[in-house]
Amino acid sequence: PSNHKGAVLSTLQSLQARAFIFVLFVAVQKCDLHKLDEAPATEVVMTREEGLKYYHIMQTIRRMELKADQLYKQKIIRGFCHLYDGQEACAVGIEAAINMSDHLITAYRAHGYTYTRGGTVKKIMAELTGRRGGIAKGKGGSMHMYCKNFYGGNGIVGAQVPLGAGVALACKYQGNNELCVCLYGDGAANQGQIFETYNMASLWKLPVIFICENNRYGMGTSVERAAASTDYYKRGEFIPGLRVDGMDVLCVREATRFAAEHCRSGKGPILMELQTYRYHGHSMSDPGISYRTRDEIQEVRSKSDPISLLKDRLLSNNMASVEELKVIDVEVRKEIEDAAQFATTDPEPPLDELCNHMFSNNPPVEVRGTNPWAKLKSVS
Amino acid sequence: MLLLFLNLNRNNQSEDNVSLNKVCHLFCPYFSNESVPCFLYRVVPSFQQQRIFVTSLACPSWSLTSTVMAAAVRFFIRGANSRLSVGTGTSGSLGAALLKLSPSCSSRSKTQRRHAAHFTYQPDPVPTQYGETQKMNLFQSVTSALDNTLSSDPTAVIFGEDVAFGGVFRCTVGLRDKYGKDRVFNTPLCEQGIVGFGIGAAVAGATAIAEIQFADYIYPAFDQIVNEAAKYRYRSGNLFDCGNLTIRAPWGCVGHGSLYHSQSPEAFFAHCPGIKVSPHKVKDNIKCSFTDGDPPHHSRAVMQVPSQSPVGEDPTEENYFAGCRQICDLLSVFFQSVVKTGRLLVSHEAPVTGGFAAEISSTVQEECFLNLEAPISRVCGYDTPFPHIFEPFYIPDKWKCFEAIKRMINY
Repeated sequence: PSNHKGAVLSTLQSLQARAFIFVLFVAVQKCDLHKLDEAPATEVVMTREEGLKYYHIMQTIRRMELKADQLYKQKIIRGFCHLYDGQEACAVGIEAAINMSDHLITAYRAHGYTYTRGGTVKKIMAELTGRRGGIAKGKGGSMHMYCKNFYGGNGIVGAQVPLGAGVALACKYQGNNELCVCLYGDGAANQGQIFETYNMASLWKLPVIFICENNRYGMGTSVERAAASTDYYKRGEFIPGLRVDGMDVLCVREATRFAAEHCRSGKGPILMELQTYRYHGHSMSDPGISYRTRDEIQEVRSKSDPISLLKDRLLSNNMASVEELKVIDVEVRKEIEDAAQFATTDPEPPLDELCNHMFSNNPPVEVRGTNPWAKLKSVS
Repeated sequence: MLLLFLNLNRNNQSEDNVSLNKVCHLFCPYFSNESVPCFLYRVVPSFQQQRIFVTSLACPSWSLTSTVMAAAVRFFIRGANSRLSVGTGTSGSLGAALLKLSPSCSSRSKTQRRHAAHFTYQPDPVPTQYGETQKMNLFQSVTSALDNTLSSDPTAVIFGEDVAFGGVFRCTVGLRDKYGKDRVFNTPLCEQGIVGFGIGAAVAGATAIAEIQFADYIYPAFDQIVNEAAKYRYRSGNLFDCGNLTIRAPWGCVGHGSLYHSQSPEAFFAHCPGIKVSPHKVKDNIKCSFTDGDPPHHSRAVMQVPSQSPVGEDPTEENYFAGCRQICDLLSVFFQSVVKTGRLLVSHEAPVTGGFAAEISSTVQEECFLNLEAPISRVCGYDTPFPHIFEPFYIPDKWKCFEAIKRMINY
């Protein structure tokens, strides 16, 4: 695909003989600080290549989520499905600032992160439909997707935060200069185990970036009704905090860069609140309009959509042309269609997968079944 | 293909059964020579209906088969006091011939009935001692019980995640409007906090009804339930108790819940002395729990209460997640039932090892050992996490139960 894209682009370029801006200095919004003397940079640099890459990835995530919505309504995807559209800038911005060797863990709204951490759209969609080509062999579903250095995909709200601190402890222990990005939502920010984790991470100066993706609603409860303090970046109290505009991919990237440097220099954990928004409801069972108005959703879509913001930036600064972006759109659409096709036609995992991978065992272990005479084998 | 169905009515004498047995064993070797599937049910007393299916393929031995069939029919008819109905499948003329052999039978459309279940659902008679009754599904009855509680008990409060708008299972619909937001209110997302808060409220004298949104989420609160709520009365020498606390948590599979919206954690809590786990007859139980004095933990089926839990005489099938018995005389009912029927099948969705069926089996075999005619069957979930794509295969459905019943009867 990249060869094809390169060929088309060069053709376009030669046809149009337009000169693009290759490096841009952009001003981004200042971040609110808590217990910090320095701040992330407000003048950032974006190259044309970076811009197009972010656009491509965000568009892929957006299309993938919309396709998942479509497949869910056709009952090809079943179960619980929590969509990430509207929040793409968070995933892309974070990934742009860390390395693939760093670690990341999040909650159940994980499709975007699975993609940025190295999963392919094909495998993600096959996992959603529960087929054997899925990224977790079809056994996890929407909420349980994993890949290298990406620990999921966790169903219980808030349970992933202590895990993230544990991963960070392993990084510190092994001395490999890696860190762990540990994400949770505004609903989870009221869970007790998060505060336990803050304490441990701070005490032992673990290289963990806590990120609260504040999309203003914890399922159906708005943040004002759930939290005594909605300044989630201050909730770490003794942990320094940043409040970041989560709809601007560059702002997220700069803040994450700042946070990563903070962690890697041994100063301990740091907390980031990304102010973002989700267009869909909490999950596919939630229409998303009983606790907020359609006008609000529309307003965010028109004023702060992350993909539109980036697109405007690229176009108005002459960093890319409309046709170029259209080519990317077409490419993305095709990729998603192929993936959806694969996800629909791939066979389901075989029945003997039911009992596999419970323990680490060699030779296969017997698993008691529904009846005493029905025993299944567990291979791992 | 010829299918021969013989329906014997329920008042069979045991000698008929013996003779039938003999016939079956007589024919068995013959049919097995033909390498033909031959389903012969051992006849057991007090079966409501017994059927014997005899099938054979067509061709070489048809004539022999038909002769044998005719002989069989004559043999059976000789059994006194039994009304036979003989029906046949596709082979019309032979069927007619068979019919002629048995003067006192009639070919009814019973043969067209599906072979799957021969239990007829008998609903519980409507109780008259409580006054007027109304048909409701499980969620409506929960709402109604909560409504009654809030109206009769001024200290009652309901809280949990999203209970204000009615709850994700529609169990608290309309209550906030009726009783006000200081009695029906939402909590933030913190199960440990919810339960701890509830314990405190109950200890101080309020009737606290806490909701955990899905039973899978109850584990952060496990410590509070098991170590605080359950032991409060005991450790304070009855000075304090949280008998006024009720925790409601929907459990069980929803059809697409996957690992974290389908669990059945009742066994974990049943193991803990000091709390009551009650899975059914919710309305009565909510009422009696508030006057009872020990904190009950309600688990209830996510689905509507299915109205066809088989209450056949034999074998005793206790599908407690379907919900059909009073909690207080649960075990005594089991014992009576087992004494009468001699067999027991217990089924639940939770994994089989350490599940609640194990407790029931163990207790029943202690009390009714000599009455048992077959080992107690447990048809439960597999010992794996609740799967995503394999759910239809995982759950103990009626076919697995049926298979288990068959084996118990043929034991």
